Amino acid sequence: MKCDLCNKPAVVHELQITDGVKQEIHLCQEHAAEQGFADIHAMSMQHFPTKVGSAAVQSPACPSCGTTSAQIRQTSQMGCADCYEAFAGLVKSLIEQSQHGGTHHVGRRPAGSDGDIAKRHETQRLLRELEAAVAAEQYERAGEIRDELARGSRSEPMSEASGPSEDPET
Amino acid sequence: MRTDRPTPQARSDAPDSDVVLSSRVRLARNLASEPFVHRCDESRCRSIIGMLRSALLQGDLDENLAWVDLEKATGHDRQLLVERHLISRQLAEAAMPRGVAIADDETMSVMVNEEDHVRMQAIAPGLQPERCLRRLVLLDSELETRLPWAVHDRWGYLAACPTNVGTGIRFSAMVHLPALRITGELTKVRQAAKDLNLAVRGYYGEGSESTGNFFQISNQRTLGVSEEELLDQFQRVLIPGVVRYERAAREVLLERERLTVEDRIHRDLAILQAARLLKADEAMKRLSNVRLGVCIGMLPGIKLDAVNALFLHIQPAHLRDRMGGTLSPADAKSVRAELVRQLLGGDDGTGS
Repeated sequence: MKCDLCNKPAVVHELQITDGVKQEIHLCQEHAAEQGFADIHAMSMQHFPTKVGSAAVQSPACPSCGTTSAQIRQTSQMGCADCYEAFAGLVKSLIEQSQHGGTHHVGRRPAGSDGDIAKRHETQRLLRELEAAVAAEQYERAGEIRDELARGSRSEPMSEASGPSEDPET
Repeated sequence: MRTDRPTPQARSDAPDSDVVLSSRVRLARNLASEPFVHRCDESRCRSIIGMLRSALLQGDLDENLAWVDLEKATGHDRQLLVERHLISRQLAEAAMPRGVAIADDETMSVMVNEEDHVRMQAIAPGLQPERCLRRLVLLDSELETRLPWAVHDRWGYLAACPTNVGTGIRFSAMVHLPALRITGELTKVRQAAKDLNLAVRGYYGEGSESTGNFFQISNQRTLGVSEEELLDQFQRVLIPGVVRYERAAREVLLERERLTVEDRIHRDLAILQAARLLKADEAMKRLSNVRLGVCIGMLPGIKLDAVNALFLHIQPAHLRDRMGGTLSPADAKSVRAELVRQLLGGDDGTGS
């Protein structure tokens, strides 16, 4: 049997049932890995649990929130905004299944958004962390955050619309 | 909240009010800096509430919103809000810290820590999705200057569930389709809706059953189509199509089975005007036929607003509220019957 996404032979076969609708999934090794299935060819027998149910095959996890691809497949819910990047292949297939041909967002975006929204939000998050660290008198941590903010503002200057000042010293 | 007053969500003078009870538009938004709600522990949920509360209750917002802490609210109060369509069942029943900001006139509410950090909705009587959209966009524009929404270059506004990414918008109309039910054409409407990527749900939204022949019809697609395109389709094509279909079915009924329909409507009105005990589902069913009778001019003595109000006031929490907060299920049936008799001009129960 061939992979659903290319012509290579499928090595992962899964039956999913969503809202009572059955869907068969057949993927090659490459696409299975991209979609968050464990790489079964890379596993040797010694990696298999010796006792049934004593351990589960580890699926990839989001570096920000720890949500695994298996959890996403099970619940159809992402853990955080970063999961959309961490599981790009899986996200694409979940969205394509539900959006009937929609492949890109059209419509409203926050005013002043120009592609560096994630960066702007990261700065805002760091500023909040800095505030909390100073309040808790964790000066070492505050120093680290300042360095991180300084690195961010040097590598790519923020636009005026980015809200809080980029200069952590002000 | 004054539960004795009708919600402004249904009015007889609103556009297409013979078929469309109300229109609702909601936007799903999430904070970029926080995990989605189902991955948040209690303290994170509280900190999200803190951020949202301060953004929503600042005096310079165009909307005048009041905060309701749903964690502290009683089950009864939460049920009242569900019945008034101001919060979802999911939010009412959730275990985590959560809340809702509600506009004075109850035509807007902002749910916090539902499936997404923020679910804001605007409601208007009849078919008026544009009015709802303009109001929501204004609120969203104000909020986005204070809160870092999670947005992706390709996927647009991000949501806990990937099926909601893009605009994060859902247009819905609560429609009353008794004639299509009687003529057996409802299945065709359901199929057509499915083909057009529309969801058909019950009276209380997701997971709820249809009651009183009310259905919520809403878009499912949120990606690759703008808010304005969706509005245009919804307001000018999709819902008017359903309205025309229901009106045509009403005409066909009158033409072909006038006597049967007259009998059914008058019989149901008579029962409602005389009954001493009424279960909610029986009342909804008979009221649905009475509403049909009013809309086709068969019951000139009954006002559409009175019937619309009854659909709300006969719900369990509203009846309980009327009786001061406690009411046994057995007593609810008699209180419901009394209220229905009162509003439909039935006998006063004295036997005179």
